[in-house]
Amino acid sequence: MSSVASVHSLWTMAAEAPARIPAPKIEYAQLAPALIVLGAAVVGVVLEGFVPRRSRYYAQLLLSVLALAAGFAAVVGLAAGGFGSTKAKIAAMGAIAVDGPALFLQGTILLVALVATFTFAERRLDPAAHGKRVDSFAAQAAAVPGGDAERAAVKAGFTTTEVFPLALFAVGGMLVFPAANDLLTLFVALEVFSLPLYILCALARRQRLLSQEAAVKYFLLGAFSSAFLLFGIALLYGYAGTVTYAGIAEVVSDGAKQITPALADTMGNDALLLIGAALVLMGLLFKVGAVPFHMWTPDVYQGAPTPVTGFMAAATKVAAFGALLRLLYVVLPGLRWDWRPVMWGVAIVTMLGGAVVAITQTDIKRLLAYSSIAHAGFILAGVIATSKDGISSVLFYLAAYSFVTLGAFAVVTLVRDAGGEATQLSKWAGLGRRSPLTAAVFAVFLLAFAGIPLTSGFAGKFAVFKAAAESGAGWLVVIGVISSAIAAFFYIRVIVLMFFNEPKADGPTVAVPSPLTMTAIGVGVAVTLVLGLAPQYFLDLAGQAGVFVR
Amino acid sequence: MSFPLLTATAAVPAIGAIATAAVPAAKRTVAKWLALLFSLATLVLAAVVAVRFTPGAKGPFQLTESHAWIRSFGVRYELGVDGIAVALIALTALLVPFVILAGWHDADPMEGPEPNRRWRPTQGFFALILAVEAMVVISFEATDVFLFYIFFEAMLIPMYFLIGGFGDRAGSGGEEHSASLRSQAAVKFLLYNLAGGLIMLAAVIGLYAATADQLGSGTFSLTEIVQARADGKLALGTGTERLLFLGFFFAFAVKAPLWPLHTWLPGAMGESTAPVAVLITAVVDKVGTFAMLRFCLQLFPEASSWATPVILVLALVSILYGALLAVGQRDIKRLIAYASISHFGFIIMGIFAMTSQGQGGATLYMVNHGISTAALMLVAGFLISRRGSRLIADYGGVQKAAPVLAGTFLVGGLATLSLPGLAPFVSEFLVLVGTFSRYPAVGIVATVGIVLAALYVLVLYQRTMTGPVKSEVRAMPDLKARELAVVAPLIALLLFLGVYPKPLTDLVNPAVDHTLSVVDQHDPRPDVPVKADAEAAK
Repeated sequence: MSSVASVHSLWTMAAEAPARIPAPKIEYAQLAPALIVLGAAVVGVVLEGFVPRRSRYYAQLLLSVLALAAGFAAVVGLAAGGFGSTKAKIAAMGAIAVDGPALFLQGTILLVALVATFTFAERRLDPAAHGKRVDSFAAQAAAVPGGDAERAAVKAGFTTTEVFPLALFAVGGMLVFPAANDLLTLFVALEVFSLPLYILCALARRQRLLSQEAAVKYFLLGAFSSAFLLFGIALLYGYAGTVTYAGIAEVVSDGAKQITPALADTMGNDALLLIGAALVLMGLLFKVGAVPFHMWTPDVYQGAPTPVTGFMAAATKVAAFGALLRLLYVVLPGLRWDWRPVMWGVAIVTMLGGAVVAITQTDIKRLLAYSSIAHAGFILAGVIATSKDGISSVLFYLAAYSFVTLGAFAVVTLVRDAGGEATQLSKWAGLGRRSPLTAAVFAVFLLAFAGIPLTSGFAGKFAVFKAAAESGAGWLVVIGVISSAIAAFFYIRVIVLMFFNEPKADGPTVAVPSPLTMTAIGVGVAVTLVLGLAPQYFLDLAGQAGVFVR
Repeated sequence: MSFPLLTATAAVPAIGAIATAAVPAAKRTVAKWLALLFSLATLVLAAVVAVRFTPGAKGPFQLTESHAWIRSFGVRYELGVDGIAVALIALTALLVPFVILAGWHDADPMEGPEPNRRWRPTQGFFALILAVEAMVVISFEATDVFLFYIFFEAMLIPMYFLIGGFGDRAGSGGEEHSASLRSQAAVKFLLYNLAGGLIMLAAVIGLYAATADQLGSGTFSLTEIVQARADGKLALGTGTERLLFLGFFFAFAVKAPLWPLHTWLPGAMGESTAPVAVLITAVVDKVGTFAMLRFCLQLFPEASSWATPVILVLALVSILYGALLAVGQRDIKRLIAYASISHFGFIIMGIFAMTSQGQGGATLYMVNHGISTAALMLVAGFLISRRGSRLIADYGGVQKAAPVLAGTFLVGGLATLSLPGLAPFVSEFLVLVGTFSRYPAVGIVATVGIVLAALYVLVLYQRTMTGPVKSEVRAMPDLKARELAVVAPLIALLLFLGVYPKPLTDLVNPAVDHTLSVVDQHDPRPDVPVKADAEAAK
């Protein structure tokens, strides 16, 4: 009976003459960071079509750097204008939040992307073919791996520059993702940054089959998670009659007041809320790489071109945790007692799972992948705190972690043998004797991952554990330090390998990079040490940014 | 603002470490002299600290420095020393030049073509020693729990590279084999201590959460927390206090090391070179026992009293177990390592006896054990470098070939077994008396450790130095000038402090009394009335 009535009411609603559609009001200035980057991405596509091949590289690189720098300047401008604190607001008709966490995360993503762009543009590592220096990306992505076309392209020393606009699109999506203030924007942003990443993963110059396999895995699993997310959004809409965060939060805390006739049966139904929230969380935890949604991480990290892995590991994590924070703190605070136990469980299995499985890895990229899973667990411990300290500690951790990750993967690109990057751990034996500086830099990153004091990793870990402890999650902290101890074991193992083992005769050599990669690594080391020795300024920054706008 | 003396004492070796590391590959000797110079400069500064320090002055800490550091965590850069800290800083600054001098050739590159011109082990070796010194000194000075924790943990890294990266040239199964043993020992050292440190991190965070909860803003300042407890503003609650105490104590017991957390020590000391072994046992491990006195007792007095019986039993087991295993060792360095475990048992027993004699004795013990172990271990290192073997069975009759070496070895050994007249006797006696006055049974059993000490030292001496001269030993050269310069001052110091320990006791006793007053423990009344003149004579 009632279902008939609701269908009927739906028809009548649709049949009525629509009210005057209000002209959308868009605050362009406040959306500037994302708009600049997305605009530059479009320009990049145009450049790709019209600029001659030999000058494309410089044009694209310049465009990317300028766009990311301008985007960062816009973020700084907005923050200086008080949008991070007092003037925080919801822009674009409720679609985008401009507030402290959003600006902090956008700033982090932009800086990470800027540094990652340097590693994308590196062309000194591979031996030059016919006087043409080549980068880490496929000579001709459309050519079948191992086919004649590919051989010809490699022989001719082709290079392509499509990675730059693709990366810009991904960055644009990532900028919107943590700022999204309704579920549809969230979903659109997710797709905008995911699709270019799938392509980027498939673009490795060497071991192309592995790279394409990784991309397909990432795409398939990503598609699943997107479907979960979308289904969850639908259920939440059914529950709340709206997709805006504030609207859903209101229904969660106060119950449904204005029943939309079409949703009369479903609105306020807790089953929809719980299942919907769970599905949306699943979608986000997939992007974060939390156990049990982590299966894609090692394969994708291993197969993707290493500069892309670094970018993805750093920036995606920042964006996804930003979105997760906003969802949990803005939409579902009223559901805290329901999601906290579940997230406790997820955090525990993520910390322990990542740390334990990492021990058995024999490939440096896979090892870093599992380590990133363990770190996702540590960050989740801060997310669960549900306090202002929790937010700011997560923001700080993300900033600290992303630069360590970028730097570590940049070092991985340098260690090469005849087959390209030598990612087999056994090949890294004795690296400390052959190239002490490279090994020492990598050791710094590993120590930061392990959370040794005087590095940014320690400050971040301390911040999230402190927030967790203050919110009463003492046991989570204990499990956190135990997994840190387990994790320390495999970081240390790599250091042992590099410094205390004899180098092998046919071991890899360390390529001398151009200033681009050196800058990336240098920035990584500098941020690691500065955030470790004098974190106060950045903690303040994260602390000021620790309030979400509703 | 006055001159930041304490910061300078820690900063000089730190700068020295950087300077030494930056010396070009070919200038190995420059690096050595630079390192020695910086360690001597640190010694001068430590001497200035000792002179400027007034024993018994008001307030728990002197020469204090305090600056904001990480406000968000309530962390301050707070330094300050009491008598115990001054004594241990002096010990550290004193031993490091000898360590450097003794290890003069330990990190010279192997014979033959250099594998890589940029691989600079010598510079690294001395830079790491100075880095360890800087971190140890600052952890003796820190009065902020967080600041202490940071350097307590961070010192593991240079230590780890020292153990794993540099070993004796005298492995029994070839270079490959000894390198793998060495890196195993280094990893074991690091994992044990890291695990201890991480457990402590949980407790540090818990302490912060408790202070933030009850004082309004979280703090790590030792003086503030002790004051707040005294004023009744901060009450941790029995359960919390015990958990936090255990978290702290676990880390310190791994570092100290206390049975059953000691198993990393013999490997680490056995596989590393003798100077590094001295650095481990005489300097770095002291941070563990020092931190028990400064942090465990003062932050968690009630929990400390609660845990005392168990800790005393563990200390007793350490004393006997370490001594028994030392008796059975076939490897000289491992023997000294087990002897050290036994001695750390005495130190911990003295600390937790909660009497002024016991704790004063324990502090003296830290200093004296540092000097005596350094003397014994460094001479043992000279011996091992001559023969190329660590096995006791490979020696015999050395005193005929190298009488000075044998003589100094004997003095170091006698100091280790606490012969009256040498410094360790005073401290061991005080520890035993202090323990006996409160826990007679424990004191009595502990004396067995002394008997065993005589056994393992004298048997070691007899087997290596006396008896028929082995053919490999016959041509053994005696101590060189550099080696004598290392050993002679240490032996002189052992004799001096054995006969006249007053400067040290005067320095240490007020700090011990302060600690005991914080813990709210008083010396037990004597059972028999003591006459006033008898007291004065003592």
